[in-house]
Amino acid sequence: MTGNLAVSTRGLRKTYGSKVAVADLTLAVRRGEVFGFLGPNGAGKSTSVKMFLGLVRPTAGEVRILERPPGDIGVRGRIGFLPEQCRFHDWLTADEFLAFHGSLCGMPQSRVAKRSAELLERLGLAGHHDRRLHDFSKGMLQRVGIAQALLHDPELIVLDEPTSGLDPGGRRLVRDLILELRRAGRTLFVNSHLLSEIEITCDRVAFIKHGKVVEILDLGQALGGARKLSATVRRIQPDTLQALERMAASVHLAGDQLTLEVRGEESIPEITRFLAAQCDVYSLSAQQTSLEDLFLEIIGPEAGL
Amino acid sequence: MKRIGIIAAFTCREAVRRRVLAAALALGILYLAMYALGLYVLQTDVSLRGLPNNVVLRSQATSTLLAMGLYAVNWLVVLMTILMSVDTLSGEIASGSMQLVAAKPLRRWEVVAGKWMGYAVLILAYLLFMAGGVMAAAWLVIGRRPVHVPQSLGLMYMEALLLLSVTLRAGASLATMATGACVFGLHILAFLGGWIEEFGQLAQSAGASNLGVAISLLFPSEVLWRRAAFEIRGPMISPFGRTPFDVGSVPSGWMIVYAALFLLAALILAVRRFSTRDL
Repeated sequence: MTGNLAVSTRGLRKTYGSKVAVADLTLAVRRGEVFGFLGPNGAGKSTSVKMFLGLVRPTAGEVRILERPPGDIGVRGRIGFLPEQCRFHDWLTADEFLAFHGSLCGMPQSRVAKRSAELLERLGLAGHHDRRLHDFSKGMLQRVGIAQALLHDPELIVLDEPTSGLDPGGRRLVRDLILELRRAGRTLFVNSHLLSEIEITCDRVAFIKHGKVVEILDLGQALGGARKLSATVRRIQPDTLQALERMAASVHLAGDQLTLEVRGEESIPEITRFLAAQCDVYSLSAQQTSLEDLFLEIIGPEAGL
Repeated sequence: MKRIGIIAAFTCREAVRRRVLAAALALGILYLAMYALGLYVLQTDVSLRGLPNNVVLRSQATSTLLAMGLYAVNWLVVLMTILMSVDTLSGEIASGSMQLVAAKPLRRWEVVAGKWMGYAVLILAYLLFMAGGVMAAAWLVIGRRPVHVPQSLGLMYMEALLLLSVTLRAGASLATMATGACVFGLHILAFLGGWIEEFGQLAQSAGASNLGVAISLLFPSEVLWRRAAFEIRGPMISPFGRTPFDVGSVPSGWMIVYAALFLLAALILAVRRFSTRDL
């Protein structure tokens, strides 16, 4: 179950009375990868993250983090964590906030000061190091929270909604930071609602629904290559459509708009040649599958709670 | 131990930065000034009537005035203890800031112990400042030299620590408002128990005395003040009639031991509850 894994869980379950928050969570996150955790609201994502970190006790099942139990003091010093919608001790300045959390991690003050300056600079807060958090905007608090998670240079970084409250510039900054950390060999576990962020930054994603992992995908494979063809066509015959249905996974014609779900990217040239020979083609475009398409396909269209 | 020290220092720093301590000290100085002025006015008037010639009466009167000052200090310390610590666990759990701390490489019991120690230091400083001020004023203005100072201050401090431990225990389970209501309610109950016992002793009613003792066993905060008051002035009735600072029924040494065990149990339960709860 462990080996080279940053996070591994087996049959993890959490109930609050009759309410099931996490039903049966089994997953494995490899060291050095950026792992996305996706699911509708109320799917049990944040509860799962808290169980990984020992903040919530599982009702059943097993969790190992960096090959140790989550309550292990030694392992906690190797993890950075940004909780979702957390209110910090806002009477502290940014420097004091980082100094406090650095001291809890056992860092010497000189190292805390150096790392704080580096991270505040990297996160665009260098000019605000001596301002109280009380005066920070939501986006600034999110950035200083991320600095706190990275302060002790942890091996595993768990970010629960890291881009929440950030403007587009802030989101790009965080995205670039995640990619930098991946290049530096860190493991990141990212829980986010923003599918576009996950799509760009993550190596693999787990889709969670009703507290259960329903699918784990390698994004490089799942999103690589075109999956859909859209064409504007006229004078198309029924037997052409029948032939297309044999060549593609699905065919849909609405007026002049023809949409095909292809079985693989390699079938696109053949379909294109066939279509051009059988009818008048005014436009044709191949589209890649987005993470949103996959999310809706796997989780379904229902809104979370 | 280092991590407990970090949390304790952080707790003290928060009280200073949020100006809790400054507000308490400012009002404390005002209180001490008014107390000293009150003593001076009383001293002047009583001197005019020639009361100082009656040594016994003068001793009883000055003892009552000292106990009055310390009685008010005791209430201030009780209020400060509960108000300062009521939000420390429940508030941080509700805001989520506790998640950041608890995810760090420290044990949950160290968080509770650190907060307890931080508040214990603040309360001690406040108690010494206020009680020291009252004793100094009584000595300088009316010539009342305090007796049994370590015993009386120790008991008052113990009462504050008992309330602190119970506040942390309640705060580990309940929301801030519920924690405050619970601890204040229990202390007022203990206060009532003390008075029932006192009146039971005055009226020679064994039933009332026993009921008072039973209530004190339920929550032994007030017995610590009553024992402290006894240490300050002994079992005497003031020349001003029966006052809240007179002790007729003196809490026994066993009751003080029971209160100490109660304090320890509350702290252990606070640690246990906080260590096992979800954040």
